[in-house]
Amino acid sequence: MENNFNIIISGVGGQGVITLISLIDQAALIEGYDLKSSELHGLSQRGGSVLTHVRFGKKVYSPLVERGQADLIIGLELLEGLRTLNFANKDAAVLINKYIFPVLGGLPREEIIKKLNETAGKKLYLIEASEICKEKLEKEVVSGIYLLGYACYKRLIPLKEGSFLKAIEKLIPEKYLDLNKKAFQLAKQA
Amino acid sequence: MIKRILLGDEAIVQGALESGVDFVSGYPGCPSAEIGEEFFKIAKKNGIYAEWSVNEKVALEAAIGASFSGLKSLVNMKSFGLNVCSDSLLPLAYTGTKAGMVIVVADDPSCWSSAQSEQDSRGYAYLSHIPMLEPSDPQECRDFTKLGFKISEKFNVPVILRITTRTAHQRMPVSFNETGKRTTKTGEFIKNPRQFSTMPPRTMEMKKELLEKLEKIKAYAEKLNINPIIKPQKPAKIGIVASGVAYLYVMEALKELKIDAAVLKINLFYPLAEKSISKFIKGFKKVLVAEELDSYLEKEINAVAKNANLKLQIFGKNLLPETGELDAEKICAALANITGKEFKANTIKPLSLPKRTARLCEGCPYWLVFPALKRIAPEAIFGGDIGCNMIAGLGPHNIQDYLFSMGASLGISHGVKKSTNQKVISIMGDGTFFHAGMPALVNAVYNKSSPLVVILDNRITAMTGHQPNPGMGKTGLGQDTEELKIEDIAKACGVKYIKVLDLANAKEFEDAVKEFLEKDEVSVIICRKICALLERRQKI
Repeated sequence: MENNFNIIISGVGGQGVITLISLIDQAALIEGYDLKSSELHGLSQRGGSVLTHVRFGKKVYSPLVERGQADLIIGLELLEGLRTLNFANKDAAVLINKYIFPVLGGLPREEIIKKLNETAGKKLYLIEASEICKEKLEKEVVSGIYLLGYACYKRLIPLKEGSFLKAIEKLIPEKYLDLNKKAFQLAKQA
Repeated sequence: MIKRILLGDEAIVQGALESGVDFVSGYPGCPSAEIGEEFFKIAKKNGIYAEWSVNEKVALEAAIGASFSGLKSLVNMKSFGLNVCSDSLLPLAYTGTKAGMVIVVADDPSCWSSAQSEQDSRGYAYLSHIPMLEPSDPQECRDFTKLGFKISEKFNVPVILRITTRTAHQRMPVSFNETGKRTTKTGEFIKNPRQFSTMPPRTMEMKKELLEKLEKIKAYAEKLNINPIIKPQKPAKIGIVASGVAYLYVMEALKELKIDAAVLKINLFYPLAEKSISKFIKGFKKVLVAEELDSYLEKEINAVAKNANLKLQIFGKNLLPETGELDAEKICAALANITGKEFKANTIKPLSLPKRTARLCEGCPYWLVFPALKRIAPEAIFGGDIGCNMIAGLGPHNIQDYLFSMGASLGISHGVKKSTNQKVISIMGDGTFFHAGMPALVNAVYNKSSPLVVILDNRITAMTGHQPNPGMGKTGLGQDTEELKIEDIAKACGVKYIKVLDLANAKEFEDAVKEFLEKDEVSVIICRKICALLERRQKI
């Protein structure tokens, strides 16, 4: 890998964004990459927008992805996914959960999807991750893990399945381990 | 050495463990709260005493007591905490420490999770004459915590470790040494009022001793090369002085623009080792100073340049913002401006979309309070306070007429009440009441004021991530302790009109507000209902 790989993960506070960052960090470490990530806690987590950065490669200095330089965007919510599109580079894969967390004065679902189609470029993936997880696993909360699995199996992120599974085993508490593994591997069928 | 991915805050805990810390105190705030939380997880195994103190002043004082008794201590707080504890911070510089002490303060450029100001706490280094280290990433968080303890032990001074959000909440693989199991150390206070009491005329002598120590620390920093120079492979055309996380953005920008620059990395912000700066700037025609927020370093370098290099062109805040955090793009733009190198600034504009601001959680008891207050007393003045209750200032509630600092809702409400004939309601949480609300309540009663105080007792300090407080009957370490009842305290402070409501009956709350608003003395309504998130978590 010549350049560093840059990822933006966005969502709404409480959606499990930080778990996703930790898993990608760990998988990158397993594959011998240097890495940095940046997250926000506190006020921004009380149902506010959460925007986080992950970078890995040969040598990473800054923990922040610059605008226009993300290779992959993972949006756990439609509006928050749309909001981060200014970080995408022209070839970026944009992976978005077709899930809406209502906000005062928010946009209708169709309008967000229309804007995403207009702005995101060719590699836009709109996925019913919440729906799929609710239906197959009875738990919406792992929709982020499903999206991560999707990115892995569709090769939108240059890290191996085995590294992610090892990362999940290392970081997810025993009680939820099986659920998270299932959510990740469920994306294989997609 | 082992390597593990750590958050900056976690790396500080690791550095402290390796330094043999015995005593940890602090007050939770964002982005420093994870430091205290991490210590509670490992305290028992490592023989450490840890506490959430009731505010930062008491936290610092507790650590001073530990240090004077021969125990190594670490104090953790967010930016504003330093304001709260400053009254004891300044004399601490004079007395110095006995066992090592590191004070961690976390600033929040861009105010990601801070309401009251975009404070640059580096100013306190000047004010207090306390050495200050600035790490840029988690590895340095661990390394500089160790260095902080080393400097503290060698010179008997406290050392401030100043971090920012992007350092505290940054993750990277950190190399560290595993520490073995330790038993709790018992200290001994050996009387020495000559060191521990700041009483004139000794105070003046102490100040002199402190200033002498600082000169020695400067020499030590030069000798240890604490502020290193990172040289490019080819001869450097430009010099850059960088501190904190700005250093990372500088390195990123140099890589991106392919500029050969030498970088002087300021790790010890105070006392500043001017000799190494003087030597560094001598070789250049142009120097960029990259620091977030205020221009302390730039001013220092300007002063050094007057003797070392009069012709030097110094760039800093003329090209970089004084407000908001920096990033590599901003540094690129500044460097392109100075060097004439081509840099296509990013023209992608963010889409104009509805903002998603913080909101009350689903089932939050405050949902019952704010709309009722708005309905019953639309004409009242509402004093807001720090914590989840400041969401009262956002839509759809919009009932916050002023917001300052911890406990200030009541202090200011008292002043408004004394100055007007208007109805005034002060809203604060339980954590805030214990932190700084109590003196304000005493003041209001004592001075015959009459605001209504609504205390939202959700049984936890919620906003910063659910830390226990004195109202809960649990310590930070999870031990059972005396449960301090806010109504008992209010009564003891001389408040005659007190109601404790569980919010099960909306009319009951409305009637209480209506009744108390007519009183010509201070009145208190305590709304006691557990935080919805905490309640859900307890059920799992």
